[in-house]
Amino acid sequence: MKTTYREAMRAAMRDAMQRDERVFLMGEDVGRYGGGFAVSLGLLEEFGPQRVRDTPLSEAGFVGAGIGAALGGMRPIVEVMTVNFSLLALDQIVNNAATLLHMSGGQFSVPLVIRMTTGGGRQLAAQHSHSLEGWLAHIPGLRVVAPATLEDARGMLWTALEDPDPVLIFEHGSLYNVAGELADEAGPVDIDRAAVRRAGADVSLITYGGTLPTVLAAADALAASGIDAEVLDLRTLRPLDDAAILATVAKTHRAVVVDEGWRSGSLSAEVSARITESAFYDLDAPVGRVCSEEVPVPYAKHLEEAALPSAERVVAAARVAVGEAVGEAVGPRA
Amino acid sequence: MTPPMTAEERAALIAARPDRTLDLLRQMLRVRRLEERCVELYSASKIRGFLHVYIGEEAVAAGVMSVLGPDDAVVATYREHGHALLRGVPASAIMAEMYGHAEGCCRGRGGSMHLFDAGTRFYGGNAIVAGGLPLAVGLALADKMLGRDRVTACFFGEGAMAEGEFHESLNLAALWDLPVLFCCENNLYAMGTALERSESQTDLALKAAAYEVASWAVDGMDVLAVEEAARRAVDAVRSGGGPHFLEFRTYRFRAHSMFDPERYREKAEVEHWMERDPIASLKVELEASGHLDEAVWASLSREVDAEVDAAVEFAEAGTLEPVAELARFVHSERGTP
Ligand SMILES: Cc1ncc(C[n+]2csc(CCOP(=O)(O)OP(=O)(O)O)c2C)c(N)n1
Ligand SMILES: [Mg+2]
Repeated sequence: MKTTYREAMRAAMRDAMQRDERVFLMGEDVGRYGGGFAVSLGLLEEFGPQRVRDTPLSEAGFVGAGIGAALGGMRPIVEVMTVNFSLLALDQIVNNAATLLHMSGGQFSVPLVIRMTTGGGRQLAAQHSHSLEGWLAHIPGLRVVAPATLEDARGMLWTALEDPDPVLIFEHGSLYNVAGELADEAGPVDIDRAAVRRAGADVSLITYGGTLPTVLAAADALAASGIDAEVLDLRTLRPLDDAAILATVAKTHRAVVVDEGWRSGSLSAEVSARITESAFYDLDAPVGRVCSEEVPVPYAKHLEEAALPSAERVVAAARVAVGEAVGEAVGPRA
Repeated sequence: MTPPMTAEERAALIAARPDRTLDLLRQMLRVRRLEERCVELYSASKIRGFLHVYIGEEAVAAGVMSVLGPDDAVVATYREHGHALLRGVPASAIMAEMYGHAEGCCRGRGGSMHLFDAGTRFYGGNAIVAGGLPLAVGLALADKMLGRDRVTACFFGEGAMAEGEFHESLNLAALWDLPVLFCCENNLYAMGTALERSESQTDLALKAAAYEVASWAVDGMDVLAVEEAARRAVDAVRSGGGPHFLEFRTYRFRAHSMFDPERYREKAEVEHWMERDPIASLKVELEASGHLDEAVWASLSREVDAEVDAAVEFAEAGTLEPVAELARFVHSERGTP
């Protein structure tokens, strides 16, 4: 079946609401408007205003209400329009959703799913282009996933809803229009494991979410010049699939981590640290990183492009890793 | 403010149900004695971290809890020992929790500020001011969606009313017509910040009413007034009347926490409020009306002390959760919920 990432997400929500009466969707403009990114378009008509619930502009309020409803026996999907607005709900996410099970000594689990759009690349400027999933992946008690493919857009939601604990789903805004073939019987997928999206022998390119297409394009370009790159899609950012990361490094002995988050204190830093902690002697070269430049994401197209990871930068970093080019001094340019 | 009862009305109320009134006295005393012991144990370094006591405010929790049903839910703050106890969490489990012991109601992971109990639907124990209000809204939303006639009672201090989460929660609860009873414990201070130094509108019931939430101010030092107002409000909420808001005007007799040097208020003010001690006042009233004598008081007092003694004994005998269990309850163990 031909579909898009957006349609796959929508099919996942429809499927979930059909499967389980307790599932409902709530968020700003998910109903009448059809969703800020049109993901929930048509669901209001199908499921009615109780289960496709428009909320006021109250991120802390409705994210917290999602936590409460989960405690009360429902299986809410809370949509936060974009990750920037989730900052207004961080109290509820970090102080409540992530902690209640532990603080209560195992008594209260929070079976909640929060979906949000993340990432830049659409000239939306500094307040709408964040990649803050790495921040949230810092928090114990949360599971953080980043579907990058049609299969994962279709399949991660149901698995997340079956998880007894809070799961955050980050949907990169540049992926919604990605079109392709999806098996008619596509359904739930695991949310534990990373996946090799392209097998290769010379260097491991490790990424997730919105930069997966960029990295796959870089791998094609590298292949043209005789470098056989393996591409690992992390899929789940917390907990990280250490085994898959170490396995690809053991195979290629070289790694470049590609992350749209800023380099300092980023998810890429975490992945890199784990590699050096656990696979140092497998490495034939320092772990490379391609991240966003350390600036608020600018509006002008050329500046934004310069700020975000690109296939060219991934290719360059991979060439350094395999010793075909000399790297610049390690660390942020600024 | 709901009009105060006349002396005759009060006498009639007490005469009509002396046992229930006596029980309210007992409940308040349970909280008072438990917390007085907590303070001692804090000084003895048995309890650590933050400890916020409720001494002076007991009438609020006693009155409200007495009208809730077993299926209702309670959401409270870090000043919640009394709420937990009166909701039915055993004193022993509360005390063991404050000792950080495995036998505590949260296996030592919560402490004084984070008491939880699934059995009594006691949802904490939230130490973020106003952080519990959205949870209460969600619990009530689940009840409404599932067609259950349960009430969620949410306690918070007047300080919470300056937070955005308060406003978001009242709006949502009213907009969606949810069965929440918002219980504001207005003790006039948020740490050292007096109400008039933090709120442009100090009539808190009026402020809440702006959200189309039925709101009343209640004398929070009078357990009978609290009980009466809470009963009416809970009945209304349960029968589909939408969210209600009660401002309980009360006062905390002790410091905000064990670290508070109380520079922000006059001793005379505290003493003035202590004349309205909810426990002493009700005791006098019951004595005057012939429903309480020296012997009954002595036995009640003994009974309450015995409960506290037993709780301390239980906590003292408690064990430490093995460090090997440290990482438990970060994620659910498979099979739940
Ligand atoms: C969001 C937040 N900000 C600050 C604090 C620090 N703090 C703890 S208690 C408190 C005062 C709260 O006063 P109030 O809501 O009136 O409750 P009370 O302590 O009087 O019962 C403050 C400022 C906090 N816990 N949470
Ligand atoms: Mg206060």
